Amino acid sequence: MDIIAGVDLGTRSTKVVLLDRSGEVLGTSVMRTRPPLPELVDRAIDAALKSGGASLANVRYIATTGFGRSSYPERDLQLTDVTAAAYGAVRLFPQTRCVVDIGAQSSRAIAIEPGGRVREFKSNDKCAAGAGGFVERAARYLETTLEEVGNLSLAADGAVTISSVCAVLAESEIINHVSQGESTENILRGVHNSLAERAVLLLKRVGIESEVTLVGGMGRQAGMVLALEEALGVPVNVAPEPEIASALGAALLGKRRFEKAVA
Amino acid sequence: MRYFSGVDVGSTQTKCVIIDERREIVARALIDTGANIIRAGDRGFAAALDAATISRESVVCVAGTGYGRFKVSFGDLQITEITCHAKGACLLFPGTTTVIDMGGQDAKAISVHNGEVADFVMNDKCAAGTGRFLSTAAEALDLQLDEIGEISLRARNPVRLSTVCTVFVESDIMSYVAQGKKIEDILGGIHSAIAARTIALARRVGLKPEYTFTGGVSRNVGMVNMLEEKLGHHLNVCADSHYMGAIGAALFAREHAQAALAG
Repeated sequence: MDIIAGVDLGTRSTKVVLLDRSGEVLGTSVMRTRPPLPELVDRAIDAALKSGGASLANVRYIATTGFGRSSYPERDLQLTDVTAAAYGAVRLFPQTRCVVDIGAQSSRAIAIEPGGRVREFKSNDKCAAGAGGFVERAARYLETTLEEVGNLSLAADGAVTISSVCAVLAESEIINHVSQGESTENILRGVHNSLAERAVLLLKRVGIESEVTLVGGMGRQAGMVLALEEALGVPVNVAPEPEIASALGAALLGKRRFEKAVA
Repeated sequence: MRYFSGVDVGSTQTKCVIIDERREIVARALIDTGANIIRAGDRGFAAALDAATISRESVVCVAGTGYGRFKVSFGDLQITEITCHAKGACLLFPGTTTVIDMGGQDAKAISVHNGEVADFVMNDKCAAGTGRFLSTAAEALDLQLDEIGEISLRARNPVRLSTVCTVFVESDIMSYVAQGKKIEDILGGIHSAIAARTIALARRVGLKPEYTFTGGVSRNVGMVNMLEEKLGHHLNVCADSHYMGAIGAALFAREHAQAALAG
């Protein structure tokens, strides 16, 4: 059996998706990104193989993406975050016209042509405004965990306003809200609203068109999805494992190259 | 003797100055603003009264300034910090034409003509170029905020920062340390990037000497040096630069009281 691996080396976590030659997902893994990156990727591929009951000898082709994509010497192909996210999103939701990809340290909006090609994208990787890392820092202040944030925010009966664009200045606002006795739920909903607002600004620059698909780990947070839907005024597609979308996209493109090479 | 006071409630620190009828500074107080903005004004004023060893009644007029100026409950008038910084700068440095103010959470450039504000620009959207950025950098290096300027002066091969995002600079610093870069070279790069950003801001009101540097960051000798180097011009700075907003406010309080007396 030939296996194609897609590896997404993100700033916070590293994701692996393994495909067989029919395009079926054989296994996945998610690990916290820590140097040294080559060893990390080996371990992440191993973990995905275990989840799929396959062996390393079958891995014939490796495609990488994410900020650390060039740090894995064994790669056969490297792809930009935009390409990988777009392919993954279209595979998960074939009618996708816009992709919102919120990573730990960056966010981007991608417009997709019918047929699945990237038409245009806008990204913010120069500044943490609108990136998922803000939620993690907010959770720390509020003494809760990233896993709980989504449901807490969903349970809010209102939302505080976070007017700062800058993630650092927004943290001071959160501290003020805490000291004024605002509930954790309403503060977290305010945090999700502020991220949704940043995402919509990026989306507007590429043109908002339905269907919209959210990829990246933030999709796990129900409050984030709701905030984005409210800000956009349209439903948003989210896969059950939204964090592996870009690794899936890398694997799909890897598979295409591999097929060409063996043909 | 009649006294006048200016209370500058900043985002990070609250400054209070008391002057006499001859515009001499008789007392200064500096405290952390903290979460309770209303208390900050009270505490700052009380500390200045203590330092001056005068009674509350002998202060005939109090002006509030800074972002918390409307929370100075005992203030007789409120004036924006832009107007106050220009006013204070023109008292201490009468030749001032451009004021560069770097505070805890914002940065401003003010162009002054005949002692009046002619134009100003402000960055309160992003923490880069503010004290907040520098304190984050100091913390990441396990140093005190008041020692990083001095250390930055020893830089021989300053690093080039990839972004000036306060959130990202923490991990950037970690990787520079891991690469074995010298602390002074990391700090040199940080001061250089922030100075360049501040000058780009100031360019929008026109770069016209004399320059007067105000706000908490003016205490940082590395920033003074870097700004001077990049501007190719001397900066007016003195021990009272940090209090400039409060000094300006006190001058307005004095004028207000005298006008009331005359009227």
